[in-house]
Amino acid sequence: MRADLAREVGWQRLHPLSPLTRIGRLVPVIAITVVLALAHQGGQDQSQVYVLIAIGAFTPIFGFVNWLVTRWKIEGDTLRIETGLIRRDSKRLPLARIQAVDVVRPLLARLLGVSELRVRLAGSGSADGRLAYLSESTALDLRQRLLSRSPTQAQAASPPESERAAAPEHVMAEVATGRLLGSVLFSGITVVLVTIALVLAVLAVVAPRAAAGVGGFLAVYILRFAGGLWRRLSNEFHFEAVEAPEGIRVRRGLLQTVSETIPYGRIQAVRKIEPLLWRPLGWCRLEVDIAGGARKSQRGEGSGVARKALLPVGSETDAWHLVDRLIGGATPAMTAPPRRARKKAPLSYHFLSAGHDDDHAVCVTGRLRRVTTWVPLEKAQSIRRVQGPVQRRLGLATVHVDAAGKATRAEFRDRSVAEADRLVEELADLSRVGRRQRAKPPIEHSPDLGAPIPSGWYPDPSGRHDLRYWRVGAWTEHVSDGSVTTVDEG
Amino acid sequence: MRRTQLIALTAMLALVVGVIFAVTWGALAGGASVAVVAGAGLGSSWFVRNRFRAWRYQERHEDLLVGRGVMVHRLSVVPYGRMQFIEVTAGPIERIFHLSTVKLHTAAAASDARIPGLERDESARLRDRLTELGESDAAGM
Repeated sequence: MRADLAREVGWQRLHPLSPLTRIGRLVPVIAITVVLALAHQGGQDQSQVYVLIAIGAFTPIFGFVNWLVTRWKIEGDTLRIETGLIRRDSKRLPLARIQAVDVVRPLLARLLGVSELRVRLAGSGSADGRLAYLSESTALDLRQRLLSRSPTQAQAASPPESERAAAPEHVMAEVATGRLLGSVLFSGITVVLVTIALVLAVLAVVAPRAAAGVGGFLAVYILRFAGGLWRRLSNEFHFEAVEAPEGIRVRRGLLQTVSETIPYGRIQAVRKIEPLLWRPLGWCRLEVDIAGGARKSQRGEGSGVARKALLPVGSETDAWHLVDRLIGGATPAMTAPPRRARKKAPLSYHFLSAGHDDDHAVCVTGRLRRVTTWVPLEKAQSIRRVQGPVQRRLGLATVHVDAAGKATRAEFRDRSVAEADRLVEELADLSRVGRRQRAKPPIEHSPDLGAPIPSGWYPDPSGRHDLRYWRVGAWTEHVSDGSVTTVDEG
Repeated sequence: MRRTQLIALTAMLALVVGVIFAVTWGALAGGASVAVVAGAGLGSSWFVRNRFRAWRYQERHEDLLVGRGVMVHRLSVVPYGRMQFIEVTAGPIERIFHLSTVKLHTAAAASDARIPGLERDESARLRDRLTELGESDAAGM
């Protein structure tokens, strides 16, 4: 404990190899530009080339200076990051507000044994923290400290670092390479590509010249589509979702590996997507929404929300298992809208259904791309009832449960007016109760009841063990005595 | 407020169109076009009045209710604890009539809680009350 404190007082630097890793990504770009410029100039006027070489020479110096002036430390319950030589940028990231922590390893970083740590907070993207690069062990250690640490814990019951047991993990879902390939093959992009190829082939037979013209015109699009396919493959390669005490941990990537941790209590919405082509195979995709991490800074209109794939492709049971673990398996009775709604939505009527229980609102929409959305009621930002002219004539109304973000919501589409009115009241009440109940404190003297108690090791309330793991919302069966972690069967 | 905007716009449009028509096709065409524009202005003024009347809000114990819309009825329930911040704006025409608009922002872009055309005192009261309630009820993300 004491050694740990001493370490915390001092600022820490990034890994000495970070400038090299950063520049390494630029080397091919610069080299190609130089070669192209040389070839283009034909060795006559070389001033441009000198400029490029000068830039190439200065980049490492900038990189090194940047490394020199960047430092970080954990101070109480905030992570501080300072960087910049001329424009000093000092960030304070409150640990209690962390929404997700990612460890990213680009190819070069993997070869050099370093990794980047990204911390997402609620709010716009500029509030996020990035530490590029840390040594692998530092990154993993820091991640655990960020996720299991909280203001309450630091004051009251923080178990010493040495006693804090390593997080028990268990694999929840994996995606085999074959299935991933299959899912990419059976996607809309592939259909578009194949259609284009067929059309071109037919054209080539009928009118070869026109085919060449059209092909040239389409080449850009074809390349973009193919790039999209490749990105999906490389991003979701070796996909693995693991259950860790702090949250769900997702590992993926072919060249650049990413390890994301999503704390349990931070999920704004879960979405299950079943595209038309996947349905005969019984496959589906699972995505979760987490607050924070938007690229563009939006003014006011909703804070950023990151959408993460929790299962790029998987069977119904896999998906159900994950949903169950994440938000406690909501199986409300789903009901369809009244029959007269068919007049308003003749195509999608048969697939519309929605329902809610005490904790979640669930809805199914879409004919071609069937989407099932779960929104935890305690996370609802607002509840809206909307009624258009056609709906009014038919005596229908739609109720939306909005989660954080731009377009994340569960819709009770085209319900009867009486039901819609009842739903608005009921959902508002349930969401209020949910917000109240959430902060059931594992320690009695929690100083801040407003904030949720973050996951972590806390004194075991049953008294049978030293520590027990609290996963936001509930106690788990993971217990710890001294430095030994076990599962409490009782 | 909107009505004033509309009347000003209609008058201007009627003048411009009337002059153009009168110059190109004579006085009769000019008069007719002025009548058409004025009619359209009156029609939309009626629409705006209805729209204004449909706007309503209610402060409940733990949430704010905002309803609006003539063609499309909308009703939003926004819990105080979910408020991110409150915005009070007053445009130039609103300022002439000592009015302002209060808008509640939540983390969801869709929650649509805007109350326009409030008397200045009322908007200040509402702002302070909502801030107070939001602080005591804050629920985080």
